[in-house]
Amino acid sequence: MSSVPATVIALIDQRQYEEAGEFPVERGYIWTSCASVENGNPLFWDDEVAQAITGGPIASPTMLSVWFRPHNWSPGRDEQPLPLRVHFDLKEVFDLPEAVMTDNTIVFHDPVRPGDLLVTRQILRSVSEPKTTKLGTGRFWVIDVEYLNQDGQLVGVESYTGFGYRREEAGE
Amino acid sequence: MIPLFTLSNISVGDELPDLVYEVTATTVVLGALASRDWRPMHHDHDFAVNRNGTRDIFLNTPNQAAWFERYVTDWTGPFGRLGRMKFRMKGSVFPNDTMTMSGVIEGTDIDGVGCGWASLLVTLSVDDEVRTDCSVRVAIPCDVDDNPWLRRGDQWIP
Repeated sequence: MSSVPATVIALIDQRQYEEAGEFPVERGYIWTSCASVENGNPLFWDDEVAQAITGGPIASPTMLSVWFRPHNWSPGRDEQPLPLRVHFDLKEVFDLPEAVMTDNTIVFHDPVRPGDLLVTRQILRSVSEPKTTKLGTGRFWVIDVEYLNQDGQLVGVESYTGFGYRREEAGE
Repeated sequence: MIPLFTLSNISVGDELPDLVYEVTATTVVLGALASRDWRPMHHDHDFAVNRNGTRDIFLNTPNQAAWFERYVTDWTGPFGRLGRMKFRMKGSVFPNDTMTMSGVIEGTDIDGVGCGWASLLVTLSVDDEVRTDCSVRVAIPCDVDDNPWLRRGDQWIP
């Protein structure tokens, strides 16, 4: 018999937390991301190349999640909003103070372009029974994040496997 | 403008050129901030060690994705279009690590709508220990007139 609560099982395959990004896709961040890994792909740096190959500038495909990470601070907000909220919900439900991501799959669909305002939604796919690893004892879970542009076109799907855990040592 | 190579120029077992990079604290912090990841384990040594129980701050997942993208598209050139990436994190990458990215072609195919694909296994290693491996499916032009970026809707099956 599963030790996963019925309230959690009921959330599996349900779309949650649909929200728009806090800001449109912008080139400054694309360049910052490329600079962080020294990515010289001319699609991101040379407008003539981008026009010829992709019909104009695009964002680096692996930046999908970047457009949804909230500002560290914004006026009038008391609490830091959490990205990937389903992940944090599960940490709370299972009282697991630590977590790491173990697997991450990204499927890329239509290109993301500067000026796009993306929409995302999160879908819990599975939760494991308790497991013990070298980090501690906890549970694995899989969460899909779908990304769509302002025209409703799917631009990508990220699938995360997280491990929420409690360290073996006392006094965290 | 033409592709650097086409699908007929590559074969299963071909190896991509290695990328060797000295990771610093700046690498980790810049990568975290570039991906808008403000979590302290990616910039706060004390938090990483005493709260997370890791050796130091470490590369975050979105920035590792950016490293894998850079590695693959260094090889394909701009006509290469990523379809899918799957990471398996086996260990963290810390400041003062020398990371080596390596890749090998595990398969090539043309799908039902005529798009050419290379399936790659890319590894990120430190001291010959694989810290992350990444299976990549990347679209490669079938000929010099082909451009995978023009595919939309049901013509793009990543």
